[in-house]
Amino acid sequence: MSTITTADAGLAAKPATSAMRIRLRSYRRAAVSILLAAAIYEALARAGMFAPALLPTIPTILRTLFSMLADGTMVWHASYTLYRVLFGFGLAMTLGIPLGILMARFRRVENFFLPLVSALMPIPSFSLLPLFLLWFGIGNMTTILIVFYASTFPILFNTWSGVRSVNPLWLRAAGAMGADEHKMFWKVIIPGASPFIITGMRQGFLRSWIAVIGAEMIAASQWGLGWVIFDSKEFLSTDIMLASVAVIGFIGFVFERVVFGALERATVQRWGMVRIAKG
Amino acid sequence: MQDAVTIAATPAAGRGTEQLRAIWRNAFPFILVGVVWEITAWSGIFHARLFPTLEEIAVTFVQLTIDGILPHHALDTLLRLLAAFGLAAVGGMTIGMLMGRSRRMEDLLLPLVSILAPIPGLAYAPLFLLWFGLGNVSALLLVAVVSSFPVIFNTWTGVKAVKEIWVRSAQSMGADDKRMFRYVILPGALPYVLTGLRLGLAQAWRILVAVEMLASVDWGLGWLTFGAREFLNTDVMLAGIATIGMIGLALEKLVFQKIENYTVVRWGMVAE
Repeated sequence: MSTITTADAGLAAKPATSAMRIRLRSYRRAAVSILLAAAIYEALARAGMFAPALLPTIPTILRTLFSMLADGTMVWHASYTLYRVLFGFGLAMTLGIPLGILMARFRRVENFFLPLVSALMPIPSFSLLPLFLLWFGIGNMTTILIVFYASTFPILFNTWSGVRSVNPLWLRAAGAMGADEHKMFWKVIIPGASPFIITGMRQGFLRSWIAVIGAEMIAASQWGLGWVIFDSKEFLSTDIMLASVAVIGFIGFVFERVVFGALERATVQRWGMVRIAKG
Repeated sequence: MQDAVTIAATPAAGRGTEQLRAIWRNAFPFILVGVVWEITAWSGIFHARLFPTLEEIAVTFVQLTIDGILPHHALDTLLRLLAAFGLAAVGGMTIGMLMGRSRRMEDLLLPLVSILAPIPGLAYAPLFLLWFGLGNVSALLLVAVVSSFPVIFNTWTGVKAVKEIWVRSAQSMGADDKRMFRYVILPGALPYVLTGLRLGLAQAWRILVAVEMLASVDWGLGWLTFGAREFLNTDVMLAGIATIGMIGLALEKLVFQKIENYTVVRWGMVAE
Protein backbone atom coordinates (compact mmCIF):
# COMPACT_ATOMS: atom_id res chain seq x y z
CA MET A 1 0.00 0.00 0.00
CA SER A 2 2.94 2.28 0.53
CA THR A 3 3.87 2.41 -3.13
CA ILE A 4 1.95 4.97 -5.08
CA THR A 5 1.38 3.54 -8.51
CA THR A 6 -0.04 5.89 -11.07
CA ALA A 7 -3.70 5.34 -11.69
CA ASP A 8 -3.21 4.62 -15.39
CA ALA A 9 -0.56 1.95 -15.12
CA GLY A 10 -2.33 0.17 -12.30
CA LEU A 11 -5.65 0.14 -14.09
CA ALA A 12 -4.15 -1.25 -17.23
CA ALA A 13 -2.47 -4.11 -15.42
CA LYS A 14 -5.10 -5.44 -13.02
CA PRO A 15 -8.34 -3.55 -13.43
CA ALA A 16 -10.41 -4.98 -10.58
CA THR A 17 -7.93 -5.13 -7.74
CA SER A 18 -6.19 -1.84 -8.43
CA ALA A 19 -9.48 0.04 -8.76
CA MET A 20 -10.39 -1.33 -5.38
CA ARG A 21 -7.03 -0.39 -3.98
CA ILE A 22 -7.44 3.15 -5.25
CA ARG A 23 -10.86 3.36 -3.66
CA LEU A 24 -9.51 1.97 -0.38
CA ARG A 25 -6.73 4.53 -0.47
CA SER A 26 -9.30 7.27 -1.03
CA TYR A 27 -11.28 6.10 1.99
CA ARG A 28 -8.17 5.96 4.11
CA ARG A 29 -7.13 9.42 3.07
CA ALA A 30 -10.63 10.74 3.68
CA ALA A 31 -10.56 9.34 7.20
CA VAL A 32 -7.09 10.78 7.71
CA SER A 33 -8.15 14.21 6.53
CA ILE A 34 -11.24 14.32 8.73
CA LEU A 35 -9.30 13.11 11.75
CA LEU A 36 -6.55 15.60 11.00
CA ALA A 37 -9.01 18.48 10.76
CA ALA A 38 -10.66 17.38 14.00
CA ALA A 39 -7.28 17.11 15.73
CA ILE A 40 -6.26 20.59 14.61
CA TYR A 41 -9.56 21.98 15.84
CA GLU A 42 -9.28 20.16 19.14
CA ALA A 43 -5.70 21.39 19.62
CA LEU A 44 -6.79 24.96 18.91
CA ALA A 45 -9.69 24.65 21.31
CA ARG A 46 -7.52 23.26 24.08
CA ALA A 47 -4.54 25.55 23.53
CA GLY A 48 -6.31 28.30 25.38
CA MET A 49 -5.58 30.97 22.80
CA PHE A 50 -9.28 31.57 22.46
CA ALA A 51 -11.88 31.66 25.17
CA PRO A 52 -13.42 28.20 25.70
CA ALA A 53 -16.84 29.80 25.38
CA LEU A 54 -15.99 30.80 21.80
CA LEU A 55 -14.23 27.63 20.75
CA PRO A 56 -15.63 24.61 22.61
CA THR A 57 -13.90 21.26 22.37
CA ILE A 58 -15.39 18.49 20.28
CA PRO A 59 -16.44 16.40 23.31
CA THR A 60 -18.31 19.42 24.68
CA ILE A 61 -20.13 19.88 21.40
CA LEU A 62 -21.03 16.20 21.23
CA ARG A 63 -22.25 16.20 24.83
CA THR A 64 -24.44 19.22 24.13
CA LEU A 65 -25.75 17.60 20.97
CA PHE A 66 -26.67 14.38 22.77
CA SER A 67 -28.26 16.06 25.75
CA MET A 68 -30.33 18.26 23.44
CA LEU A 69 -31.38 15.22 21.46
CA ALA A 70 -32.15 13.32 24.64
CA ASP A 71 -34.32 15.97 26.25
CA GLY A 72 -36.09 16.56 22.97
CA THR A 73 -35.33 20.25 22.49
CA MET A 74 -33.27 19.62 19.38
CA VAL A 75 -36.03 17.44 17.97
CA TRP A 76 -38.53 20.26 18.51
CA HIS A 77 -36.26 22.80 16.88
CA ALA A 78 -35.72 20.50 13.94
CA SER A 79 -39.44 19.75 13.62
CA TYR A 80 -40.36 23.41 13.56
CA THR A 81 -37.74 24.11 10.94
CA LEU A 82 -38.85 21.13 8.87
CA TYR A 83 -42.48 22.17 9.13
CA ARG A 84 -41.67 25.66 7.85
CA VAL A 85 -39.40 24.51 5.08
CA LEU A 86 -41.73 21.76 3.87
CA PHE A 87 -44.78 24.02 3.99
CA GLY A 88 -43.02 26.74 1.99
CA PHE A 89 -41.44 24.26 -0.39
CA GLY A 90 -44.78 22.50 -0.88
CA LEU A 91 -46.44 25.78 -1.73
CA ALA A 92 -43.64 26.56 -4.16
CA MET A 93 -44.15 23.22 -5.89
CA THR A 94 -47.91 23.58 -6.11
CA LEU A 95 -47.46 26.97 -7.74
CA GLY A 96 -44.20 26.47 -9.62
CA ILE A 97 -44.77 23.18 -11.43
CA PRO A 98 -48.26 23.87 -12.86
CA LEU A 99 -47.37 27.42 -13.76
CA GLY A 100 -44.15 26.29 -15.41
CA ILE A 101 -46.06 23.73 -17.47
CA LEU A 102 -48.73 26.25 -18.44
CA MET A 103 -46.07 28.76 -19.43
CA ALA A 104 -44.38 26.23 -21.64
CA ARG A 105 -47.61 25.01 -23.26
CA PHE A 106 -49.50 28.25 -23.76
CA ARG A 107 -47.99 31.25 -25.46
CA ARG A 108 -50.36 33.65 -23.74
CA VAL A 109 -49.50 32.48 -20.23
CA GLU A 110 -45.81 32.70 -21.05
CA ASN A 111 -46.20 36.22 -22.42
CA PHE A 112 -47.84 37.34 -19.23
CA PHE A 113 -45.70 35.65 -16.61
CA LEU A 114 -42.24 35.57 -18.14
CA PRO A 115 -41.55 39.32 -17.77
CA LEU A 116 -42.75 39.23 -14.16
CA VAL A 117 -40.67 36.18 -13.35
CA SER A 118 -37.57 37.69 -14.94
CA ALA A 119 -38.04 40.84 -12.90
CA LEU A 120 -38.60 39.07 -9.59
CA MET A 121 -36.01 36.34 -9.94
CA PRO A 122 -32.93 38.49 -9.34
CA ILE A 123 -34.32 39.79 -6.04
CA PRO A 124 -32.80 37.70 -3.25
CA SER A 125 -35.48 36.33 -0.93
CA PHE A 126 -33.81 37.79 2.14
CA SER A 127 -34.26 41.33 0.92
CA LEU A 128 -38.02 40.80 1.28
CA LEU A 129 -37.61 39.69 4.87
CA PRO A 130 -37.99 43.12 6.49
CA LEU A 131 -41.04 43.83 4.35
CA PHE A 132 -42.71 40.52 5.21
CA LEU A 133 -41.87 41.13 8.87
CA LEU A 134 -43.77 44.37 8.72
CA TRP A 135 -46.69 42.88 6.87
CA PHE A 136 -47.04 39.53 8.58
CA GLY A 137 -45.18 39.97 11.85
CA ILE A 138 -42.75 37.65 13.57
CA GLY A 139 -43.60 34.00 13.23
CA ASN A 140 -44.31 31.11 10.91
CA MET A 141 -46.07 33.06 8.16
CA THR A 142 -43.08 35.26 7.36
CA THR A 143 -40.64 32.38 7.37
CA ILE A 144 -42.86 30.18 5.22
CA LEU A 145 -43.37 32.96 2.69
CA ILE A 146 -39.63 33.60 2.46
CA VAL A 147 -39.04 29.90 1.87
CA PHE A 148 -41.80 29.91 -0.73
CA TYR A 149 -40.29 32.89 -2.54
CA ALA A 150 -36.80 31.40 -2.45
CA SER A 151 -37.79 28.05 -3.92
CA THR A 152 -40.51 28.99 -6.39
CA PHE A 153 -38.25 30.42 -9.06
CA PRO A 154 -35.85 27.50 -9.54
CA ILE A 155 -38.81 25.10 -9.71
CA LEU A 156 -40.82 27.30 -12.06
CA PHE A 157 -37.90 28.06 -14.32
CA ASN A 158 -36.71 24.49 -14.61
CA THR A 159 -40.19 23.13 -15.23
CA TRP A 160 -40.70 25.72 -17.95
CA SER A 161 -37.46 24.90 -19.72
CA GLY A 162 -38.00 21.18 -19.19
CA VAL A 163 -41.38 21.11 -20.86
CA ARG A 164 -40.11 23.30 -23.66
CA SER A 165 -37.19 21.02 -24.33
CA VAL A 166 -39.18 17.82 -24.62
CA ASN A 167 -37.99 16.26 -27.83
CA PRO A 168 -40.52 17.27 -30.56
CA LEU A 169 -39.90 13.93 -32.22
CA TRP A 170 -41.44 12.15 -29.24
CA LEU A 171 -44.45 14.40 -29.38
CA ARG A 172 -44.94 13.70 -33.05
CA ALA A 173 -44.36 9.99 -32.59
CA ALA A 174 -46.92 9.86 -29.77
CA GLY A 175 -49.31 11.94 -31.87
CA ALA A 176 -48.87 9.62 -34.84
CA MET A 177 -49.60 6.65 -32.61
CA GLY A 178 -52.85 8.30 -31.63
CA ALA A 179 -52.15 9.64 -28.17
CA ASP A 180 -54.78 12.09 -26.97
CA GLU A 181 -54.00 15.26 -25.01
CA HIS A 182 -54.33 13.46 -21.70
CA LYS A 183 -52.00 10.63 -22.60
CA MET A 184 -49.57 12.96 -24.31
CA PHE A 185 -49.31 14.97 -21.12
CA TRP A 186 -48.86 12.14 -18.65
CA LYS A 187 -46.91 9.72 -20.81
CA VAL A 188 -44.70 12.01 -22.84
CA ILE A 189 -44.44 15.54 -21.53
CA ILE A 190 -44.19 14.83 -17.81
CA PRO A 191 -41.63 12.03 -18.09
CA GLY A 192 -39.72 14.01 -20.71
CA ALA A 193 -39.55 17.10 -18.54
CA SER A 194 -38.97 15.23 -15.30
CA PRO A 195 -35.16 15.47 -15.19
CA PHE A 196 -35.49 19.23 -15.34
CA ILE A 197 -38.34 19.32 -12.85
CA ILE A 198 -36.36 17.24 -10.38
CA THR A 199 -33.31 19.41 -10.86
CA GLY A 200 -35.54 22.40 -10.18
CA MET A 201 -36.90 20.78 -7.03
CA ARG A 202 -33.36 20.03 -5.86
CA GLN A 203 -32.23 23.59 -6.41
CA GLY A 204 -35.43 24.84 -4.86
CA PHE A 205 -34.98 22.75 -1.77
CA LEU A 206 -31.37 23.82 -1.40
CA ARG A 207 -32.46 27.41 -1.53
CA SER A 208 -35.34 26.90 0.86
CA TRP A 209 -33.02 25.22 3.30
CA ILE A 210 -30.78 28.28 3.27
CA ALA A 211 -33.77 30.61 3.37
CA VAL A 212 -35.42 28.94 6.33
CA ILE A 213 -32.29 29.20 8.46
CA GLY A 214 -31.79 32.88 7.63
CA ALA A 215 -35.46 33.74 8.03
CA GLU A 216 -35.67 31.97 11.38
CA MET A 217 -32.72 33.94 12.67
CA ILE A 218 -34.56 37.16 12.06
CA ALA A 219 -38.24 36.28 12.08
CA ALA A 220 -38.81 33.28 14.35
CA SER A 221 -39.51 33.25 18.02
CA GLN A 222 -38.82 30.40 20.39
CA TRP A 223 -38.35 27.42 18.09
CA GLY A 224 -36.37 26.53 15.01
CA LEU A 225 -32.77 25.59 14.24
CA GLY A 226 -31.95 29.01 12.82
CA TRP A 227 -33.51 30.68 15.80
CA VAL A 228 -31.62 28.59 18.34
CA ILE A 229 -28.31 29.36 16.66
CA PHE A 230 -28.99 33.05 16.66
CA ASP A 231 -30.33 33.03 20.17
CA SER A 232 -27.28 31.19 21.50
CA LYS A 233 -25.13 34.10 20.39
CA GLU A 234 -26.58 36.13 23.25
CA PHE A 235 -25.44 33.57 25.79
CA LEU A 236 -22.13 32.75 24.09
CA SER A 237 -23.30 29.15 23.85
CA THR A 238 -21.04 28.21 20.99
CA ASP A 239 -21.52 24.52 21.73
CA ILE A 240 -25.27 24.78 21.10
CA MET A 241 -24.54 26.71 17.92
CA LEU A 242 -22.16 24.12 16.56
CA ALA A 243 -24.43 21.26 17.57
CA SER A 244 -27.30 22.91 15.68
CA VAL A 245 -25.08 23.55 12.68
CA ALA A 246 -24.29 19.83 12.66
CA VAL A 247 -28.00 18.97 12.76
CA ILE A 248 -28.70 21.43 9.95
CA GLY A 249 -25.95 19.92 7.85
CA PHE A 250 -27.20 16.41 8.58
CA ILE A 251 -30.82 17.14 7.62
CA GLY A 252 -29.73 18.93 4.46
CA PHE A 253 -27.55 15.99 3.53
CA VAL A 254 -30.35 13.49 4.16
CA PHE A 255 -32.72 15.42 1.94
CA GLU A 256 -30.22 15.82 -0.84
CA ARG A 257 -29.05 12.21 -0.87
CA VAL A 258 -31.90 10.14 0.50
CA VAL A 259 -35.08 11.97 -0.45
CA PHE A 260 -34.09 13.33 -3.82
CA GLY A 261 -31.98 10.29 -4.59
CA ALA A 262 -35.02 8.06 -4.02
CA LEU A 263 -37.21 10.39 -6.03
CA GLU A 264 -34.78 10.25 -8.90
CA ARG A 265 -34.62 6.47 -8.80
CA ALA A 266 -38.40 6.19 -8.71
CA THR A 267 -38.96 8.50 -11.66
CA VAL A 268 -36.15 9.58 -13.90
CA GLN A 269 -34.05 6.46 -13.70
CA ARG A 270 -37.00 4.15 -14.07
CA TRP A 271 -38.14 6.01 -17.15
CA GLY A 272 -34.64 5.84 -18.57
CA MET A 273 -34.19 9.58 -18.69
CA VAL A 274 -30.91 9.74 -16.79
CA ARG A 275 -28.66 10.47 -19.66
CA ILE A 276 -30.61 13.60 -20.38
CA ALA A 277 -30.51 14.58 -16.75
CA LYS A 278 -26.75 14.47 -16.82
CA GLY A 279 -26.19 15.94 -20.26
CA MET B 1 -36.98 52.84 -28.48
CA GLN B 2 -36.26 55.63 -30.96
CA ASP B 3 -36.89 53.18 -33.71
CA ALA B 4 -40.20 52.04 -32.33
CA VAL B 5 -41.48 55.56 -31.84
CA THR B 6 -40.63 56.86 -35.30
CA ILE B 7 -42.02 53.87 -37.09
CA ALA B 8 -45.16 53.97 -35.01
CA ALA B 9 -46.05 57.22 -36.81
CA THR B 10 -46.80 55.13 -39.89
CA PRO B 11 -48.84 52.26 -38.59
CA ALA B 12 -48.77 50.56 -41.95
CA ALA B 13 -45.17 49.47 -41.40
CA GLY B 14 -45.35 45.85 -40.26
CA ARG B 15 -42.09 45.75 -38.32
CA GLY B 16 -43.03 48.81 -36.31
CA THR B 17 -46.30 47.40 -35.06
CA GLU B 18 -44.56 44.15 -34.35
CA GLN B 19 -42.05 45.94 -32.14
CA LEU B 20 -44.71 48.01 -30.44
CA ARG B 21 -46.63 44.87 -29.74
CA ALA B 22 -43.55 43.27 -28.20
CA ILE B 23 -43.03 46.29 -25.95
CA TRP B 24 -46.68 46.27 -24.97
CA ARG B 25 -46.57 42.56 -24.32
CA ASN B 26 -43.65 42.96 -21.93
CA ALA B 27 -45.07 46.04 -20.26
CA PHE B 28 -48.62 44.78 -19.85
CA PRO B 29 -48.01 42.42 -16.90
CA PHE B 30 -46.20 45.16 -15.00
CA ILE B 31 -48.94 47.67 -15.72
CA LEU B 32 -51.56 45.24 -14.52
CA VAL B 33 -49.67 44.42 -11.33
CA GLY B 34 -49.01 48.14 -10.81
CA VAL B 35 -52.70 48.96 -11.16
CA VAL B 36 -53.66 46.23 -8.69
CA TRP B 37 -51.04 47.54 -6.28
CA GLU B 38 -52.33 51.11 -6.65
CA ILE B 39 -55.93 50.08 -6.07
CA THR B 40 -54.95 48.12 -2.97
CA ALA B 41 -52.88 51.02 -1.67
CA TRP B 42 -55.63 53.58 -2.29
CA SER B 43 -58.46 51.45 -0.99
CA GLY B 44 -57.04 51.67 2.52
CA ILE B 45 -57.40 47.97 3.34
CA PHE B 46 -53.89 48.15 4.72
CA HIS B 47 -52.40 51.00 6.64
CA ALA B 48 -50.87 53.57 4.27
CA ARG B 49 -47.62 53.36 6.21
CA LEU B 50 -47.36 49.64 5.49
CA PHE B 51 -48.58 49.71 1.91
CA PRO B 52 -47.41 52.88 0.18
CA THR B 53 -48.57 53.88 -3.28
CA LEU B 54 -46.23 53.55 -6.23
CA GLU B 55 -45.84 57.35 -6.45
CA GLU B 56 -44.63 57.47 -2.87
CA ILE B 57 -42.12 54.73 -3.55
CA ALA B 58 -40.92 56.49 -6.69
CA VAL B 59 -40.60 59.82 -4.88
CA THR B 60 -38.67 58.18 -2.07
CA PHE B 61 -36.45 56.42 -4.57
CA VAL B 62 -35.63 59.64 -6.41
CA GLN B 63 -35.20 61.59 -3.18
CA LEU B 64 -32.83 59.02 -1.69
CA THR B 65 -30.88 58.89 -4.91
CA ILE B 66 -30.50 62.69 -5.07
CA ASP B 67 -29.45 62.82 -1.43
CA GLY B 68 -26.79 60.27 -2.23
CA ILE B 69 -28.02 57.90 0.44
CA LEU B 70 -29.15 55.13 -1.86
CA PRO B 71 -26.01 55.29 -4.05
CA HIS B 72 -23.85 55.15 -0.91
CA HIS B 73 -25.66 52.06 0.35
CA ALA B 74 -25.54 50.45 -3.08
CA LEU B 75 -21.86 51.22 -3.52
CA ASP B 76 -20.96 49.72 -0.16
CA THR B 77 -22.95 46.60 -0.92
CA LEU B 78 -21.28 46.26 -4.30
CA LEU B 79 -17.79 46.76 -2.85
CA ARG B 80 -18.52 44.19 -0.18
CA LEU B 81 -19.80 41.79 -2.82
CA LEU B 82 -16.72 42.29 -4.98
CA ALA B 83 -14.29 41.89 -2.09
CA ALA B 84 -15.98 38.78 -0.75
CA PHE B 85 -16.42 37.27 -4.18
CA GLY B 86 -12.81 38.11 -5.09
CA LEU B 87 -11.63 36.19 -2.04
CA ALA B 88 -13.93 33.30 -2.90
CA ALA B 89 -12.83 33.24 -6.54
CA VAL B 90 -9.10 33.23 -5.79
CA GLY B 91 -9.37 30.77 -2.91
CA GLY B 92 -11.90 28.53 -4.61
CA MET B 93 -10.03 28.32 -7.90
CA THR B 94 -6.75 27.58 -6.15
CA ILE B 95 -8.24 24.79 -4.06
CA GLY B 96 -10.19 23.44 -7.03
CA MET B 97 -7.09 23.38 -9.26
CA LEU B 98 -5.05 21.63 -6.57
CA MET B 99 -7.78 19.06 -6.11
CA GLY B 100 -8.09 18.52 -9.84
CA ARG B 101 -4.38 18.09 -10.50
CA SER B 102 -3.23 16.14 -7.47
CA ARG B 103 -4.80 12.93 -6.36
CA ARG B 104 -3.43 13.39 -2.86
CA MET B 105 -4.95 16.83 -2.41
CA GLU B 106 -8.21 15.51 -3.78
CA ASP B 107 -8.34 12.72 -1.24
CA LEU B 108 -7.46 15.09 1.57
CA LEU B 109 -9.71 18.01 0.73
CA LEU B 110 -12.73 16.44 -0.89
CA PRO B 111 -14.14 14.93 2.33
CA LEU B 112 -13.86 18.24 4.14
CA VAL B 113 -15.38 20.19 1.28
CA SER B 114 -18.21 17.67 0.91
CA ILE B 115 -19.03 17.88 4.60
CA LEU B 116 -18.99 21.66 4.76
CA ALA B 117 -20.63 22.50 1.45
CA PRO B 118 -24.19 21.29 2.18
CA ILE B 119 -24.45 23.31 5.40
CA PRO B 120 -26.24 26.57 4.62
CA GLY B 121 -23.64 29.27 5.10
CA LEU B 122 -26.00 31.47 7.06
CA ALA B 123 -25.96 28.90 9.84
CA TYR B 124 -22.39 29.99 10.52
CA ALA B 125 -23.34 33.65 10.64
CA PRO B 126 -23.79 33.95 14.43
CA LEU B 127 -20.59 31.98 14.92
CA PHE B 128 -18.65 34.32 12.68
CA LEU B 129 -20.19 37.27 14.51
CA LEU B 130 -18.92 35.88 17.79
CA TRP B 131 -15.48 35.10 16.42
CA PHE B 132 -14.85 38.19 14.35
CA GLY B 133 -17.27 40.70 15.80
CA LEU B 134 -20.07 42.67 14.22
CA GLY B 135 -19.30 44.44 10.98
CA ASN B 136 -17.37 44.08 7.79
CA VAL B 137 -14.84 41.37 8.64
CA SER B 138 -17.52 38.86 9.59
CA ALA B 139 -19.70 39.77 6.63
CA LEU B 140 -16.85 39.51 4.13
CA LEU B 141 -15.49 36.24 5.47
CA LEU B 142 -18.87 34.61 5.68
CA VAL B 143 -19.91 35.54 2.16
CA ALA B 144 -16.48 34.51 0.86
CA VAL B 145 -16.61 31.10 2.53
CA VAL B 146 -20.13 30.40 1.36
CA SER B 147 -19.58 31.41 -2.23
CA SER B 148 -16.28 29.58 -2.57
CA PHE B 149 -17.89 26.12 -2.57
CA PRO B 150 -19.46 26.28 -6.04
CA VAL B 151 -16.15 27.68 -7.35
CA ILE B 152 -14.19 24.83 -5.76
CA PHE B 153 -16.50 22.11 -7.04
CA ASN B 154 -16.74 23.42 -10.56
CA THR B 155 -13.04 24.16 -10.91
CA TRP B 156 -12.26 20.68 -9.67
CA THR B 157 -14.71 19.10 -12.13
CA GLY B 158 -13.41 21.32 -14.93
CA VAL B 159 -9.78 20.41 -14.41
CA LYS B 160 -10.69 16.74 -14.29
CA ALA B 161 -12.76 17.10 -17.43
CA VAL B 162 -9.88 18.39 -19.53
CA LYS B 163 -9.47 15.79 -22.24
CA GLU B 164 -6.65 13.40 -21.55
CA ILE B 165 -5.67 13.51 -25.20
CA TRP B 166 -5.07 17.28 -25.07
CA VAL B 167 -2.80 16.88 -22.07
CA ARG B 168 -0.87 14.05 -23.72
CA SER B 169 -0.49 15.78 -27.04
CA ALA B 170 0.72 18.94 -25.32
CA GLN B 171 3.18 16.81 -23.36
CA SER B 172 4.46 15.07 -26.44
CA MET B 173 4.90 18.44 -28.09
CA GLY B 174 7.12 19.37 -25.19
CA ALA B 175 4.97 21.71 -23.13
CA ASP B 176 6.35 22.40 -19.67
CA ASP B 177 4.16 22.66 -16.57
CA LYS B 178 3.64 26.37 -16.92
CA ARG B 179 2.61 26.19 -20.55
CA MET B 180 0.48 23.17 -19.94
CA PHE B 181 -1.41 25.11 -17.32
CA ARG B 182 -1.68 28.31 -19.30
CA TYR B 183 -2.60 26.87 -22.69
CA VAL B 184 -4.26 23.54 -21.97
CA ILE B 185 -5.64 23.15 -18.46
CA LEU B 186 -6.89 26.66 -17.97
CA PRO B 187 -8.77 27.06 -21.27
CA GLY B 188 -10.02 23.49 -21.05
CA ALA B 189 -11.41 23.96 -17.58
CA LEU B 190 -12.65 27.46 -18.17
CA PRO B 191 -16.28 26.72 -19.09
CA TYR B 192 -16.67 24.91 -15.79
CA VAL B 193 -14.71 27.51 -13.86
CA LEU B 194 -16.90 30.25 -15.28
CA THR B 195 -20.02 28.31 -14.34
CA GLY B 196 -18.62 27.99 -10.85
CA LEU B 197 -17.83 31.68 -10.65
CA ARG B 198 -21.26 32.52 -11.88
CA LEU B 199 -22.95 30.27 -9.33
CA GLY B 200 -20.65 31.60 -6.63
CA LEU B 201 -21.46 35.18 -7.44
CA ALA B 202 -25.17 34.44 -7.48
CA GLN B 203 -24.90 32.74 -4.11
CA ALA B 204 -22.79 35.54 -2.67
CA TRP B 205 -25.36 38.02 -3.85
CA ARG B 206 -28.27 36.10 -2.36
CA ILE B 207 -26.82 35.79 1.10
CA LEU B 208 -24.99 39.12 1.25
CA VAL B 209 -28.25 40.92 1.87
CA ALA B 210 -29.08 38.68 4.82
CA VAL B 211 -25.56 38.93 6.19
CA GLU B 212 -25.77 42.70 6.08
CA MET B 213 -28.93 42.54 8.14
CA LEU B 214 -27.36 40.26 10.73
CA ALA B 215 -23.91 41.84 10.95
CA SER B 216 -25.16 45.43 11.33
CA VAL B 217 -22.72 46.99 8.92
CA ASP B 218 -22.79 50.78 8.67
CA TRP B 219 -23.92 51.02 5.07
CA GLY B 220 -25.43 48.50 2.72
CA LEU B 221 -28.72 47.80 0.99
CA GLY B 222 -29.56 44.91 3.29
CA TRP B 223 -29.05 47.13 6.27
CA LEU B 224 -31.06 49.93 4.66
CA THR B 225 -34.11 47.73 4.14
CA PHE B 226 -33.77 46.15 7.56
CA GLY B 227 -33.23 49.45 9.35
CA ALA B 228 -36.25 50.99 7.62
CA ARG B 229 -38.43 48.50 9.48
CA GLU B 230 -37.77 50.24 12.78
CA PHE B 231 -39.38 53.42 11.49
CA LEU B 232 -42.09 51.71 9.44
CA ASN B 233 -40.57 53.28 6.33
CA THR B 234 -42.05 50.81 3.92
CA ASP B 235 -41.38 53.16 1.00
CA VAL B 236 -37.65 53.21 1.81
CA MET B 237 -37.72 49.45 2.09
CA LEU B 238 -39.36 49.00 -1.28
CA ALA B 239 -36.97 51.49 -2.87
CA GLY B 240 -34.12 49.42 -1.41
CA ILE B 241 -35.62 46.18 -2.71
CA ALA B 242 -36.02 47.72 -6.17
CA THR B 243 -32.35 48.73 -6.14
CA ILE B 244 -31.34 45.24 -5.04
CA GLY B 245 -33.36 43.76 -7.88
CA MET B 246 -31.79 46.08 -10.43
CA ILE B 247 -28.28 45.25 -9.25
CA GLY B 248 -29.09 41.55 -9.38
CA LEU B 249 -30.36 41.84 -12.93
CA ALA B 250 -27.35 43.93 -13.98
CA LEU B 251 -24.95 41.40 -12.49
CA GLU B 252 -26.48 38.62 -14.52
CA LYS B 253 -26.87 40.47 -17.81
CA LEU B 254 -23.83 42.73 -17.82
CA VAL B 255 -21.17 40.79 -15.99
CA PHE B 256 -21.48 37.13 -16.69
CA GLN B 257 -23.02 36.93 -20.10
CA LYS B 258 -20.31 39.36 -21.30
CA ILE B 259 -17.46 37.38 -19.78
CA GLU B 260 -18.77 34.21 -21.29
CA ASN B 261 -18.99 35.74 -24.74
CA TYR B 262 -15.49 37.16 -24.57
CA THR B 263 -13.75 34.01 -23.47
CA VAL B 264 -15.45 30.69 -23.72
CA VAL B 265 -17.48 31.31 -26.83
CA ARG B 266 -14.52 32.89 -28.59
CA TRP B 267 -12.30 29.95 -27.82
CA GLY B 268 -14.94 27.67 -29.24
CA MET B 269 -15.37 25.72 -26.03
CA VAL B 270 -19.15 25.82 -26.14
CA ALA B 271 -21.34 25.85 -29.15
CA GLU B 272 -23.33 29.03 -29.38
